[in-house]
Amino acid sequence: MGEMSRAVHEPPTFLRRYVFSTDHKVIGIQYLITAMFMAIAGGGLVALMRMQLAWPGTKWAWLGRIFPDGMESGVMKPEFYLSLMTMHGTIMVFFVVSLGLLGGFGNFLIPLQIGARDMAFPVLNMLSYWTIVPACLVMLGSFWVEGGAAAAGWTAYPPLSAVRTALPGSQWGQTLWILGMALFIASFTMGGLNYVTTIFDQRTKGMSMMRMPLTIWTMFIASAIGLLAFPPLLAAAVLLLFDRHGGTSFFLPSGLYFGNQLLPNSGGTPLLWQHLFWFLGHPEVYVLILPALGITLDLLPVFTRKPLFGYRLTVYCLYAIAALSMIVWGHHMYVSGMSPYVGEFFAIGTLAITVPSTIIGVNMIASLWGGTLRFPTPMLFVIGAIVFFGTGGFGGIFLGNATSDIQLHDTYFVVGHFHLMIGGVTLMAMFAGVYYWFPKMFGRMMSERLGKVHFWLTFPAFYAIFLAMHYQGLAGMPRRYYAFDKYEYLQWLQGSHLHVSLAAFLLFGAQFLFLYNFFRSVFRGRKAADNPWNAATLEWSSPTPAPHGNWGEHLPEVHRWPYDYSVPGATGDCTPQTTPASVAPVTF
Amino acid sequence: MEASTARRVGSSLAIVIWLLALGVVALGLRRWMPPLASEHGAGIDAMIRFSMSAVGSLILIGHCVLGYFLWRFSRQDKISFRLAGHHLERRWSLVAALLMAAIAEGGVLTLGLPVWAKVYDTEAPSNALPIEVTTEQFAWNVRYAGPDGVFGRTSPKLITLDNPLGVDAQDPAGKDDVIDLNVIRAEVNRAVKIRLRSKDVLHSFFLPNLRVKQDSVPGMTIEFWFVPNKTGTFELACAELCGLGHYEMRGLLVVLTTEEFQKWLQEKKNG
Repeated sequence: MGEMSRAVHEPPTFLRRYVFSTDHKVIGIQYLITAMFMAIAGGGLVALMRMQLAWPGTKWAWLGRIFPDGMESGVMKPEFYLSLMTMHGTIMVFFVVSLGLLGGFGNFLIPLQIGARDMAFPVLNMLSYWTIVPACLVMLGSFWVEGGAAAAGWTAYPPLSAVRTALPGSQWGQTLWILGMALFIASFTMGGLNYVTTIFDQRTKGMSMMRMPLTIWTMFIASAIGLLAFPPLLAAAVLLLFDRHGGTSFFLPSGLYFGNQLLPNSGGTPLLWQHLFWFLGHPEVYVLILPALGITLDLLPVFTRKPLFGYRLTVYCLYAIAALSMIVWGHHMYVSGMSPYVGEFFAIGTLAITVPSTIIGVNMIASLWGGTLRFPTPMLFVIGAIVFFGTGGFGGIFLGNATSDIQLHDTYFVVGHFHLMIGGVTLMAMFAGVYYWFPKMFGRMMSERLGKVHFWLTFPAFYAIFLAMHYQGLAGMPRRYYAFDKYEYLQWLQGSHLHVSLAAFLLFGAQFLFLYNFFRSVFRGRKAADNPWNAATLEWSSPTPAPHGNWGEHLPEVHRWPYDYSVPGATGDCTPQTTPASVAPVTF
Repeated sequence: MEASTARRVGSSLAIVIWLLALGVVALGLRRWMPPLASEHGAGIDAMIRFSMSAVGSLILIGHCVLGYFLWRFSRQDKISFRLAGHHLERRWSLVAALLMAAIAEGGVLTLGLPVWAKVYDTEAPSNALPIEVTTEQFAWNVRYAGPDGVFGRTSPKLITLDNPLGVDAQDPAGKDDVIDLNVIRAEVNRAVKIRLRSKDVLHSFFLPNLRVKQDSVPGMTIEFWFVPNKTGTFELACAELCGLGHYEMRGLLVVLTTEEFQKWLQEKKNG
């Protein structure tokens, strides 16, 4: 009875239905659109950075009018470049990829794919979204405070981030950065608790853990490691706040000398922050990439019309990656001054991650074997994600290895590596996911033609940019440089900055095609069928778009794993999870 | 109709992916790293070369296989293989796992960590030249211990514009110290033992040609050593974000012959 009444009582007012909604689908879409908006901001920041790197010191009068402080008379100041860089990193990692993948797809898909009417805690879910909105506003708004936005890098290493006179961005910008991160972490924690609880507790009849689609597995594992890893960063951020405004010395040793003045601090160490930051920071990259892998893996069977290769092993590998990810943070600190003996442990531990990662990669490629491949837009991005996961992942072999990291640490090799992984794999998977689940969200299809153009511009440009950066890094080009004209050994790379910048502008421009396609299709897209991709997972057993409560009177019952395609003896090449074993044999 | 589109797209993807792999390998064959000028750097270069070859081969194989699958399976209308048995899955995973373990862990254990241990876990030779480098926004303060091999005492309380290191004039050990800015001079084939300190924020002592990188951390004195084995002038870059002048915090390492170095030290002391 309770179930039924929840299914029919849709919130009556516009405000409760679309703004302060507790419906997981609405919240998921809110997250997704927020992430898209933040991505435009984050992309805009990097477009400005790439202008400076391609044409250093050029005067852009019109930009001087938009940023009277940072680009006074149109020439970019170094401190403004550092603010752009810091906020690009922060926004993209936390406010685009985390928001889009976990907030967006997590909220939208978890109840639909496990057969629940909503999240376990719908109000908490709403609160989690409405905590992220002020976080976004605080982050963006920090550009307009005195000294500009935070500029100590997305890693915010003290003393640069702790001493207010160390850098213009370390005045109010850094304080707002801490506030924004605190709100973000509060929101993530609410979301993460909700995801884990919902997946444990709200699965419909027959949906055992080993019948869950890999998207749900990866959301589950990502939320779990996020819940373990984010609180230490929150603690560290509070300590940093005390150091900045309370006169404490958690990260500040004695003898600091700034601007002809000896600071009174004593007793702290900057390395403590690095440990706390990376204790989050490394699991965080898996929080981002695992759901991306989940989406990639889940879409493969749909567009090959055959089951996934190695489902069970993939689940075990996800567990292995998650466990290892918690004990390898030190590979970001090989040359930080940390004990070199610890470095040996971290090198061996880090390279162990290549083993489960490779198995997952091989499973992806092997899943293509013997299938009938079809390439609507989502599948194109799936292939893109596989390519980036392979190429990007191999970069980790260089960086996880303490010995080669001596040379490559803090060079563009690192920038290229993490962009291919937590920029590329995630972006490709998010695009695949949006094109794929768009009909479920809005009841309409996105334009295939625009989607294909979008892919063929995005994929090669992305590959070119970040592949080139690996080689720039091998040449010893340090990251976080406002210009590269001061060093003779970097002169021969000048041309490559221009090439990378041009590809970056192309990449940025191509995303407007996507935005146009998205918003146009919400209203003008072709009407979608209930199951437009002929897919077997549970979300397609509800009407498209899914109503409030997701299913009518009765929740669906699950009888098989999510990848029963081309079952011998079944009618059609897709056997949904709801099909009983008496109708078609269960093959897993 | 759908089938012919799939064939076209599958082939295009395959060709692009094959071309990308060729691009990766062609670029990888070029010489990127700055010319080597240190003894231990050969070990680091060997490690990187090993990874380059292994990863280059894997990228080539991976892209070829992926491209081939896309090519071939976009051409069929019915699936030709459905579900792998557990045995087959485990076998393929084992192959992948062993190969990757051999390359990644094998590489770090046999080629990587021995070099790492030599760089960090062994004492500098007894004739090493001690040099103190103190970083600040945005400069490298260089101090030589002089003939006594002992650095004079310093204190942050004594720092003034004329005394950027806060050298204690009362300490006799400091009498023969030589102080310089942004230029480090060293002798070829003689170990340099760096004592790295920082006055304000994190910096990183990066000698691209010598394959040396070490963060400087305020509150810590970090010691490490290396042997420059080529004469010449090499650039010293800051590799840890240190503020708005990070990109121009440039120093030099000038590696001299023994005679040149002694002559310079003498002149510096007299001057």
